[in-house]
Amino acid sequence: MAETTTRARLRWGLLDVIVVVFALIPVLWIASLSFKTPATLTDGKFWPREWTLDNYRTIFATDQFVRALVNSIGIALIATAVAVVLGAMAAYAISRLDFPGKRLLVGVSLLIAMFPQVSLVSPLFEIERQFGLFDTWPGLILPYITFALPLAIYTLSAFFKQIPWDLEKAAKMDGATQGQAFRRVIAPLAAPGLFTTAILVFIFCWNDFLFAITLTSTERARTVPVALSFFTGESQFEDPTGAICAAAVVITIPIILFVLFFQRRIVSGLTSGAVKG
Amino acid sequence: MADIVLDKVSKKFPDGTVAVADVDLEIADGEFVILVGPSGCGMSTTLNMIAGLEDISSGELRIAGQRVNDKAPRDRDIAMVFQSYALYPNMTVRENMAFPLRLAKLDKETINRKVEEAAKVLELTALLDRKPANLSGGQRQRVAMGRAIVRQPKAFLMDEPLSNLDAKLRVQMRTVVSRLQKQLGTTTVYVTHDQTEAMTLGDRVVIMRGGAVQQVGPPQELYDHPRNLFVAGFIGSPSMNFLHAAVEDGKLRTALGDVPIGERVRRELEGADAPRELILGIRPEHFEDAELVDDDTRRRGMEFEAPVDIVESMGSDKYVYFTVEGERASAAELEELAADAGASDFTGAGASLVTRLSAESPVAEGQHRRVWFNLEKIHLFDPSNGRNLTLHEGRAAGALAD
Repeated sequence: MAETTTRARLRWGLLDVIVVVFALIPVLWIASLSFKTPATLTDGKFWPREWTLDNYRTIFATDQFVRALVNSIGIALIATAVAVVLGAMAAYAISRLDFPGKRLLVGVSLLIAMFPQVSLVSPLFEIERQFGLFDTWPGLILPYITFALPLAIYTLSAFFKQIPWDLEKAAKMDGATQGQAFRRVIAPLAAPGLFTTAILVFIFCWNDFLFAITLTSTERARTVPVALSFFTGESQFEDPTGAICAAAVVITIPIILFVLFFQRRIVSGLTSGAVKG
Repeated sequence: MADIVLDKVSKKFPDGTVAVADVDLEIADGEFVILVGPSGCGMSTTLNMIAGLEDISSGELRIAGQRVNDKAPRDRDIAMVFQSYALYPNMTVRENMAFPLRLAKLDKETINRKVEEAAKVLELTALLDRKPANLSGGQRQRVAMGRAIVRQPKAFLMDEPLSNLDAKLRVQMRTVVSRLQKQLGTTTVYVTHDQTEAMTLGDRVVIMRGGAVQQVGPPQELYDHPRNLFVAGFIGSPSMNFLHAAVEDGKLRTALGDVPIGERVRRELEGADAPRELILGIRPEHFEDAELVDDDTRRRGMEFEAPVDIVESMGSDKYVYFTVEGERASAAELEELAADAGASDFTGAGASLVTRLSAESPVAEGQHRRVWFNLEKIHLFDPSNGRNLTLHEGRAAGALAD
């Protein structure tokens, strides 16, 4: 008996390792490149022969990258906050109320999620120039919210539907207004859903390249993925690979922190004990 | 503390279904009223309308003399216990119970005092800092009750509060509910599907069917004097036996023999549109082994002989099942009751009869046995509308009454 469990554990462990390695090799490779000196960059070795932090010094030495990092963090956070708040309200209405045009709303939001973003880039560019939004934070935040909302609504309404309706009725009987019932009873229970949605939306905004490159032109609103593409070496003969890799590692860190921070909140069974079973 | 009056209250859903039709009900201050009926008969909707969770389509609802039709639940000052308990899983027992008080903006000390008091009454003091997930079903049930009693509302509404508990705990909690209600003297409306709960708990029982009230009265009265076939069949366990009875030559031809009828019933059957076929109802305890009946009693009833199907000895008495020949009683009400009980339609010829005989009876399976039944306790129903023909001025008088 004990033998089979050990063997089963070994088998599972091996499988886990394969999956993790497969998923992480590109990331680790980039991390490894970011620590290599320009001379050893192309030696094809996974483990750097000479360690250096020069690449990191380079990217933080110029204003270019730091500025883009600030833009990225600001834009992604604001877009996430707005999308999650609006999405929560819309999802709550969709999961709880029967209002005219509900199916239309759900349908349209699905349509937005499906819409090829590339085809919207040129019209958006023209519109934003007309309204003076081009190359500003709102100029990126607005399209991000638009495309993140369907995602938020879908994820959140699934979470809201899981929350027993009786809890809301109970809150109302206990003297809560609709708003209080939502804030004090429903929202805390939907917290895992809210965090999950926040993470998804944040990653979507953080990773976006298409909108960021079309709708910005200067450091005013340029985000990191775009700033990376503008990296140049110190001379035209120098390869910026090391710097790009260092920057890629740096911009991965907030995502990892974000996920780790919220992961602790995404525990299942938060609603257990509310109702029978 | 308040009385609750439902004045022709109806609920019609947008798709046209009428869930509750013209319910008139006066619940006195401090009274414990049970709404009972098969599933989907509008009891929960009625309760939700009293609570304010559901709009009232027409009619008037008054609590303590005040019209509350348009008031939000929070302004009605009534508490509700849900079937699912609906405890807030993110709060401890203490926070759950304090929630209504915190919303009412009481100061911290008062809240604490009231929660402690309620916890003491319900023996929850040791559990106050636990989360609902770490409580057993019975404990969760008590917390739900605690949350209701803690703010001393005008009335309690309970929506099948015990139906998620196992049988043993249910009996135990039944006494807890009963004691609590008497102790607090708060007006209570209690919805249940379980007729045992209805019989044991309430001051008065309201039997509902298809959104309409069938009969309102103290449990014993409903049991002894059912107004119609539905009430007769719903109340009592095992339920009343129903047999087909044909009116012929001033007698009722039934599977148990010819049943004589008295003046009163005869008068009921005289009219041109009077039913020619009836349904005869007898409760299991109104049968007795013919050997054990003394002569004096024998005169008040009649006897028949039938093969014994099954004998269930309960210790105190015996449930004996007989098969009798003859047509089976049929009526819409009976089909509904059978569907609610989950009984599949019995297709065999003849009817099955449940009797409760005294424990001394030597009856055994497979025998033919002579059985006596009490004619003074039988009910006769009109199959077309379910009316109890033996009921005079609200009193059932049996078939022989003059």
